[in-house]
Amino acid sequence: MKVKVLSRNPDDYVRETQYDIQRVPRNYDPSLHPFEVPREYARALNATKLERVFAKPFLASLDGHRDGVHCLAKHRTSLSTLLSGSCDGQVKVWNLTERFVRGNSCSFLWNLLLHGKEEEPLNTILGKTVFTGLDHHQKEGVFATCGQQVDIWDEQRSSPIRSFTWGVDSFSSVRFNPVETELLASCGSDRSVVLYDMRESTPLRKVIMKMRTNTVCWNPMEAYYFTSANEDYNLYTYDMRHLDKPVMVHMDHVSAVLDVDYSPTGREFVSASFDKTIRIFPKNAGHSREVYHTKRMQHVICVKWSSDNKYVLSGSDEMNIRLWKANAAEKLGVLSPRERQATNYNQKLKEKFQYHPQIRRIARHRHLPKNIYHQAKELRVMKAARHRKESNVRKHSKPGTVPLVAEKEKHVVTVVK
Amino acid sequence: DFDSLNERHTLPSSEKRTFDHWPTQEDPFPGPAPIPVNRLQKFKRKEKMLNKPRGRKVRLRDMITRSEEASKMAQKQAARFDLLLPEDAGFLEGDEGEDTCTISQQDIADAVDITSGTKYFNLKLSQFGPYHVDYSKTGRHLLLGGRRGHVACIDWPSKELMCEINVMESVNDVKWLHSEDMFAVAQKKWLYIYDSNGIELHCIRKFNDVLRMTFLPYHFLLATASATSFLQYLDVSVGKEVAAFSTKTGRLDVMCQNPHNAIVHLGHHNGTVTLWSPNQKEALVKMLCHQGGVRSVAVDKTGTYMVTSGMDKKLKVYDIRAFKPFKSYFLPAGASCLSLSQRGLLSAATGDVVQVYRDVWSTPVNKPYMAHRTRGAVWGLHFCPFEDVLGIGHGDGFTSILVPGAGEPNFDGLDANPYRSTKQRQEWEVKALLEKIQPELISLNPTDLGEVDQVSFKQRHQERVEALGFDPLEKEKFVPKYKKKGRSSAGGIERRKKQVAHEDQRDEIRKTVEDKMKMEKEQKEREKKKAALFVNKSALDRFKK
Repeated sequence: MKVKVLSRNPDDYVRETQYDIQRVPRNYDPSLHPFEVPREYARALNATKLERVFAKPFLASLDGHRDGVHCLAKHRTSLSTLLSGSCDGQVKVWNLTERFVRGNSCSFLWNLLLHGKEEEPLNTILGKTVFTGLDHHQKEGVFATCGQQVDIWDEQRSSPIRSFTWGVDSFSSVRFNPVETELLASCGSDRSVVLYDMRESTPLRKVIMKMRTNTVCWNPMEAYYFTSANEDYNLYTYDMRHLDKPVMVHMDHVSAVLDVDYSPTGREFVSASFDKTIRIFPKNAGHSREVYHTKRMQHVICVKWSSDNKYVLSGSDEMNIRLWKANAAEKLGVLSPRERQATNYNQKLKEKFQYHPQIRRIARHRHLPKNIYHQAKELRVMKAARHRKESNVRKHSKPGTVPLVAEKEKHVVTVVK
Repeated sequence: DFDSLNERHTLPSSEKRTFDHWPTQEDPFPGPAPIPVNRLQKFKRKEKMLNKPRGRKVRLRDMITRSEEASKMAQKQAARFDLLLPEDAGFLEGDEGEDTCTISQQDIADAVDITSGTKYFNLKLSQFGPYHVDYSKTGRHLLLGGRRGHVACIDWPSKELMCEINVMESVNDVKWLHSEDMFAVAQKKWLYIYDSNGIELHCIRKFNDVLRMTFLPYHFLLATASATSFLQYLDVSVGKEVAAFSTKTGRLDVMCQNPHNAIVHLGHHNGTVTLWSPNQKEALVKMLCHQGGVRSVAVDKTGTYMVTSGMDKKLKVYDIRAFKPFKSYFLPAGASCLSLSQRGLLSAATGDVVQVYRDVWSTPVNKPYMAHRTRGAVWGLHFCPFEDVLGIGHGDGFTSILVPGAGEPNFDGLDANPYRSTKQRQEWEVKALLEKIQPELISLNPTDLGEVDQVSFKQRHQERVEALGFDPLEKEKFVPKYKKKGRSSAGGIERRKKQVAHEDQRDEIRKTVEDKMKMEKEQKEREKKKAALFVNKSALDRFKK
C-alpha cells in the first residue's frame, strides 16, 4: 500500500528564536475564509466610526492682527509662507512652521501683492480710484486690479496697460486663470461675472445671476471651470464655454458665501461663509463633505487651500487666522508602511460600503452649532414648501402651462456677449 | 602586434554590425505563465455583469468595469500564489487487489513516520461512560466529555493534559468556544462555561436541558438545542442571549451548523430537517429527508451538500443551495453519527464500527474508504481540522485514528493557526472580536449585503414619482441634433428619428424573445418531469393517493 499522512515539520511553522518575526503561512482559498462580505462590512463600519473618532481638524490659530483679517495670499513656491492683510491696513508675513510673524508693515488699505522680503514696499502705485481686488499673472510680470474698472498693469509701469469696463460701477474681485493664463474673471456689483481675455480690448462675455457674486476661483486642473461664491448662500461652478447654465450648484451654507479657493488637485474646493463656518465641497457634488466651525471663529472672510493639498487656512472677523487639516482624520507626518497599508485598506473599505445606510449615516454625521442647524432646517422647510406649492400649481393647471425648470437653470438671469 | 589589434577593431563597413540591440531570439514561452483553469475557478467570486447600464450612465459603467478588472487581477494573483503552498494532502492507495477498507490502523501507523504514528492512539476511559468529542478550530486541542461527568481538555499532539475535572453531573455535550481558553459543557440541568484550567466561569440557568450545542465562530454565537424543543443562541463575547425559539417539534438531539452561512440544521423524529437563523421565529426551510427519524446531519464546509442519515437505514446527500436531493445510499446498519472532514471525507458510525467514505457526492460509492472497530459503542465523531485524524468518542473512552487525505494541508496563519504563540492568539482574538458579525446578518445567502437593494429602490422610486408627478428616470424623447450647412432636411431628421425608434424596437423584441424562450424552457422541463413520473401508467393509478 502507498500511504502518506499529513505531517508538518514544526520547524517550518514556528520561529527559530524570539528575535525573529513570527511565521504566518497564507492560504487564500475562499472556503477557508467564509463570510467575506459581512466581515468586510464589520471592518468598514469600524473604519467609519474610527474616522469620526480621529476627526480633529483644528491645528493652530495665528494670532497677531489687530483687526479682522480681510485677505490671505499664498506664496507661489514656499509652502510655509503666508501673507495676510487686515482691515486696518496691517500686512503680516507668516512662517507657518513656527507660526510666527516674519515681517510686519503698516500701510494704507491695499490688497496683497507678493513682493520683496523687505519691510518697505518695493513700489507704490497711486491709483485714481479705490482698488477692491488684485491678482497676479501666473508667469509674466503682469497683474490685474479691480475697483471701478478692471485694469491690467505691467510691473514696471505706473499706469495700466489696459482697462476693461462694461457699465458696472464696481467690481469686487478679479482672478487670473492658472491654466489658460491669458483669461481673467471678475465679479461685478450688478450681479454679474465678467470674463476677459487679456489680449483683447473688450471683455468676452458676462453672466448675470439672481444675486451678487462675492468671489470667483478658477479650477487649477481644468482650464474652463470656475466656481463663484454667491450671496444667495450657494456656490456655482460654471463652464466658461456654456455660461447659460452652471455645471453644478453647491448648496449647504446658511448665509452668504464670501470666499472660495480650490485645492491644488482641482477635485475639491473650500468655501468661507458669513455663517461662521467653512465647508469643503467635492467639485462635482451638490453638497459639502466637511464643515469646520469653532465657537471662537466668527464670520470667515477669506479662505485658502495650501499648495500641498493638506491644510486649509481661514481668516476671520475676530482677528485670527486658523490652520485646519483638509482631511480631518488624516494622520500627519511620515507613516510607517504598515500604517499606510492600514489607512489605504480602511479607505477602500469605506468607499466600498459607502452607500449602505448605517455606514452612510455615520460617515455623514457632523456636529453643527445650534443656530446653523436650526437655520438649515428652516431653509429646508422653506424650500420644500416652495417646491410643493409649485407642483400643486402644475398639477392643477393645463399641462404645459407651468413648465418644469431645472434647479440649475433657476439662478441665471441672462448671458450677455 | 599593436597595429593589427587596431585593425581588428575596425571592420569593413559591409560587415559592420549595429550593437543597438542584442541579436533577438524568439521567446519560446511568450507572455506571463498560464494559470490552470480549475485553479482560477476556485478563486472566482462572481460572474461578470452582462448588461451593464448603457447610455448616459458613464460613470457607473466605468466604476463597474474597473472593479471587475481589479477583481480579475486579484483572482489571478491568488491563483498564482496557490503554487507556493507548502503542504500536499495525504492519500492512501491499496496495492493491486487490496481494498483500502481492509487496511488496519496499526499497519498505517507502522508505515508512516513516527510523529504521524503517534497520532493513532487510544485512551482507555471505561469508568465514566461514553465520551463526547470536540476539537478546537485550530485542531490542536481536544475536549472530552464523559456521560458520567468526566471532562478533560488535552493538547493532543503533545499529549499534554490542560485540565481534567469531574462535574459531578451527567454531561450531555461539550463544545469549545472561540479559542482554547473556554469551553461549554451542557450538564444535566443547566449550561456551564469553564476555563481551560477547569475553573467554572459561568452557570447559565436560562439554558436548561441542553442536549446539543454548536458554536458559530465568526458570530461568537453558541447555538443550543434542548430537550424541551427550544433553540437558543448565546453571544459568548457579550454574554447575552440573542434569540430563543420554541420549535415545537419535540426533543432536539440532532443538530449541526452550515459553516458557509451559519445556519443551524436540526433533525427531527418525523424525518424532517429544519433550517434556523436567529432572525426568524419560524424555521427558514423545512425539508422532509427520511421516512423514519433523522439520526444525524452533516454539512460540508462550502455549504453545498448536506448529508443526513435516518432510521430508515438510508444515507442521503442533498444539494443545500437548491434544496434538492442529490444521492441516496443504503447502509445495512444505518449511521448514528456523521462527520464531514475539510476535504470532503464522510465518516459514519454504527454501533462500534466507524466507516469512512470518500467522494460521497461526486462518484457513486459502493464501499467505504476505511473502516475501524472500536471497543465500545460510538457516541461522537469529529474530524480534526488540519490533520489527517478522526477522533472517536465511544463507550470505552477515546480513539484517534489516521485517515489519510482528511485534513486541509495548508492552513491560513491569520485565521486558524495550530502553531500560534500566545501573543498571536491574543492579537487574533482582538481582531476576531472587532470583526464579529452581528446576528442580524445571518441568512441563507451570506452575500446578501453585497447585492443591490432592489426592493427599497423600487419603493423609493415610486414615492418620488408620486411626489414629482412624473417619472424622472423615464427615457427622454429623442430630439435629433440640428445640423448646419443644409444637412438638416426634414427627410434627414425623420430618418434619424426612425433609426433610433427601430433600435428601441429591436431591443424590446429581443427582450420579449428572451423571456419567451425562458418560459418555453421552463415549461419543457416541467413536462419532462411530469413524463418521468408517469412512466408506468396502469389502470390502478386512479387508486393511488
